[in-house]
Amino acid sequence: MQFLALIYAGENQDDVDMETLIAQYQVFDGQAGGAGVLLGGNALEAVSTATSVRVRGGTFELTDGPFAETKEQLGGYYLLDCKDLDEALGWAAKIPSARYGTIEVRPVMVFDQ
Amino acid sequence: MDSLARIFRAASGQVLASLVYFSRDIQLAEDALQDACEQASKKWPVQGVPENTAAWLHLVAKRKLIDKLRQQHSRQNQHKLRLIEESLYTLSDTSAETDYAVPDERLRLIFTCCHPALNEAAQVALTLRTLCGLDVREIARAYLLSEAAIGQRITRAKKKIKDAGISYEIPDAEHLNIRLPSVLKVIYLIYNESYSAYEGQSLTRQDLADEAIRLSLAMVKLIPHPEVLGLAALMLFHDARRLSRSSVIEPYIPLEQQNRRLWDLAKIAQGDAYINQAMEYKQPGPYQVQAAISALHSKAKIWDVTDWPQIQLLYMSLYQIHPSPVIALNLAIAKANGGHLTKAYADVVALSNELHQYQPYHAARGELEGRLNLYKEAISSISGAISLSKNSTERDFLIKKREKLIKYV
Repeated sequence: MQFLALIYAGENQDDVDMETLIAQYQVFDGQAGGAGVLLGGNALEAVSTATSVRVRGGTFELTDGPFAETKEQLGGYYLLDCKDLDEALGWAAKIPSARYGTIEVRPVMVFDQ
Repeated sequence: MDSLARIFRAASGQVLASLVYFSRDIQLAEDALQDACEQASKKWPVQGVPENTAAWLHLVAKRKLIDKLRQQHSRQNQHKLRLIEESLYTLSDTSAETDYAVPDERLRLIFTCCHPALNEAAQVALTLRTLCGLDVREIARAYLLSEAAIGQRITRAKKKIKDAGISYEIPDAEHLNIRLPSVLKVIYLIYNESYSAYEGQSLTRQDLADEAIRLSLAMVKLIPHPEVLGLAALMLFHDARRLSRSSVIEPYIPLEQQNRRLWDLAKIAQGDAYINQAMEYKQPGPYQVQAAISALHSKAKIWDVTDWPQIQLLYMSLYQIHPSPVIALNLAIAKANGGHLTKAYADVVALSNELHQYQPYHAARGELEGRLNLYKEAISSISGAISLSKNSTERDFLIKKREKLIKYV
């Protein structure tokens, strides 16, 4: 099963300096990659770079900013391949930002043919 | 409940758990079991009730399940179908066809229903529905909620289990200590719900207590973990006092005034056996400590010979495991009952900020103030308890207590 781990945290609220955090993420990438569960993932630029798009009544609408202004923002994601939710939650707990932010785990929808 | 319904309920948890093992789909398994029960309702009154009712229902439900899986025309079902069919062929002797031990997969089911990814209310409702075989109407009545609300809660939970990838597995040793507490909590919540009596609901509520104990006894057999034993013992000790907790005249009788000859000695002995077995593991936990406290109460022939120093020690270790003001309050009460009234009262007063919204705090404080002859303070505390009380039995008890205090002023 594929799971998306969405990493939500307050920007600039890391509990360690940037260099240490990056090193910790590299350790996570190594572990998850080595275990064969890591299908992909990325960190995102700050929420100040976000642009939201809507099409209403055929009109293209743009808004400067994220979908919702919240204290904790989506800062990155991993796509994981795990046997069940428990395994995915186990890996989510190892994501460095889980210590101060929140990791939302969502299964990827499968369309039965 | 008629006798057929009783038989169905007794078998349902174990039969359903096995069906879910094959189908990996709680709803589909429930539908298959429902069909099997309907078939039984038609056949049994005519042909007679089979000796092994669980095996009969299991076998018929498995055949129904095969039909349902075939109807879905899904490639994923091929493997499931093969598993069920293999399990049918292993029964070579036709005479034994409906007389075999239904494989017990209830641990898988309870760990799934009590997965922390589901909210607590959903865990409770789903456990009552699947493991205890209560229907939506019965659960709704027990929790004083609408059938629609309970139905929706259960449907959502089943959908989440299916879609979120919650596995039908017993957690391995590494995860057991994370997962077991939510299972035990659900069982204890079901038990405690039976305790907080509402008017006119007492019968249904006793059913909940029985179901919780039945579940915990099944757990004890399947997973002899010290906390599982501790919880079973704790509920047995409480349940042993069922008859003495109320009478025709007094709807609520506190432990102190209970007629101890009404206590169920067999249940106390069973609880004792479990708590002793638990202690051999030398891994203390909150349920074991609470059971040990309850055991000491059960052993005291009269209130006056209760082993308060030992109870104090146990509350202290409970506080170490789980520091909470409620446990601190119980520790102070044990201290007071052990004769250290003034010191205990100071401890209780110090908890005022943390517990001022907690009804039992005011009741306990009033009790100690009464013993210290601080009658005005006692009346004020009991009045506080009355205003926070949520059920009339408790309120009436407190009002009587206040009337007695008023005579002293």
